[in-house]
Amino acid sequence: MAEAALRAGCEAYFGYPITPQTELLEHMAARMPELGRAFVQAESEVAAINMVYGAACTGKRVMTSSSSPGVSLMMEGLSYIAGTEVPAVIIDVMRGGPGLGNIAPAQADYHQMVHGGGHGDYKQIVLAPASVQEAIDLTVLAFDLAEKYRSIAVVLADGSLGQMMEPAELPPMQPLKKGAPEWAVTGEPGRPRRQLTSIYLQPEDEETTNIRLLRRWMEIEANEVRYQGYYLEDAEIVLVGFGTSGRVALSAVRQARAEGIRAGLLRPISLSPFPTEAVKAAAQSAKAMLVVEMNAGQMLTDVKLAVQGACPVDFYGRMGGVVPLPDEVLAEIRRLHANPPADLNGHTRAAWLDRLELVRGGN
Amino acid sequence: MQTEIIVAGFGGQGVLFAGQVLAYAAMDHGLHVTWIPSYGPEMRGGTANCTVIIADEEIGAPLVKHPKAVIALNRPSLDKYEPLVTAGGLLLVNASLIDRPVAREDVQAVYVPANEIAERLGDKRLTNMVMVGALLGATGVLEMNAVQESLKAHLPAKHHRLLPANYQALEEGAQIARETLAQAA
Repeated sequence: MAEAALRAGCEAYFGYPITPQTELLEHMAARMPELGRAFVQAESEVAAINMVYGAACTGKRVMTSSSSPGVSLMMEGLSYIAGTEVPAVIIDVMRGGPGLGNIAPAQADYHQMVHGGGHGDYKQIVLAPASVQEAIDLTVLAFDLAEKYRSIAVVLADGSLGQMMEPAELPPMQPLKKGAPEWAVTGEPGRPRRQLTSIYLQPEDEETTNIRLLRRWMEIEANEVRYQGYYLEDAEIVLVGFGTSGRVALSAVRQARAEGIRAGLLRPISLSPFPTEAVKAAAQSAKAMLVVEMNAGQMLTDVKLAVQGACPVDFYGRMGGVVPLPDEVLAEIRRLHANPPADLNGHTRAAWLDRLELVRGGN
Repeated sequence: MQTEIIVAGFGGQGVLFAGQVLAYAAMDHGLHVTWIPSYGPEMRGGTANCTVIIADEEIGAPLVKHPKAVIALNRPSLDKYEPLVTAGGLLLVNASLIDRPVAREDVQAVYVPANEIAERLGDKRLTNMVMVGALLGATGVLEMNAVQESLKAHLPAKHHRLLPANYQALEEGAQIARETLAQAA
């Protein structure tokens, strides 16, 4: 991801080490000076994100990376970046939490990144890679989208991607862009003054900004939804999972198919904007949906909003840094296939916790 | 079609490298492959393992509960993975360090005195390659040529003088596996 970022033209990196993404910072520490670009190990995540904020105001491609607790520290800065409408790329390699948690792979920061985190009325682009190749490709895409929409673009990965080796191809080195966008502050004398700020003391002015942000977000929703479908054409049991849990779900779906169960998978790649229409469409012909996550059911909320009761939506997740195995998910598919629930209103998580106790007891 | 392989042993037995050799060979020959090391507190206990999945289509989970093949370089690895190998699967046992037979009857066991062979070939660090050779001899997951070519392609040039011994280690492991399977058949 680090090499992909600099090949995408990242000119400044600011960060602070934290497992499981320190290798990314290390690679940047070696490569950025080689290329004559800026690398700063800041004194904290708070400092790092504010350095990103400042550098982003010059219109250059800039980024930071961190993991869950470190990203929490960046929330104020992210809100300021959003409010100032400058592009920035954030890589968040999620780990077990809350609190200091552990360094194992998790997806428990979905809500934080997709539904807010920082204060104020803003949305950010969130992309979730499931493979090493996708981690590379989405990092490059994040820079393009951030720049195009003057938005924050987050690549939301987890620790198992950071540990894994897979064949992948890096993109060619992009030449650095010359010049600066028409909004960037560059210190150039003689032209009209440009000002970048997130302060609008008059509520009407702030509202104007909020409207601009929202209109831009609606454009992003219209243009930038990404997902991948597997075996959806005739699927009766439709799984929804992103990142690593999406991969685990894919294995389970294939095993279910081998048993004659018509299972399919919808893997959101853009978590924000969420593939609402695709989920809704897949629900129309499904007997049941199963959301698989490495958290307590965060994307579950968005899936239920998309499905709007068209079919029952059930849930299976592991938490705290535990990665579900395909066999666990397969057992869930078999259960839903044998007894498609008529209605799951209100009890999705309670029933899942009961089943989880049995799985944990068996370990 | 997907083959899951777990390589397990003590730290220092070349567990992770054995897995990487398989991963590189699979990649160089156009297959899908994932390699993931053990990820958790068991690393601190001195044992190491990695999971390699080789497939002809996009790979889902990089970890599985029931692998098709296990290379057990030491006794704790056999104890841990013998119950987990899939029925009809393969257990490759480093008989130099493991003093018990495989108890399960629904898996194929191959016993390889890998440390002795490695030492006879002049370097005990070849133990892992003897076991990789046994895997190749017992399954069709990768061609011997493919692995040897990839070893050459990915080993730094300064180590290339070690290639003939590595090739020999692979061949001897494969030979033992083929003989074991011929007897079983």
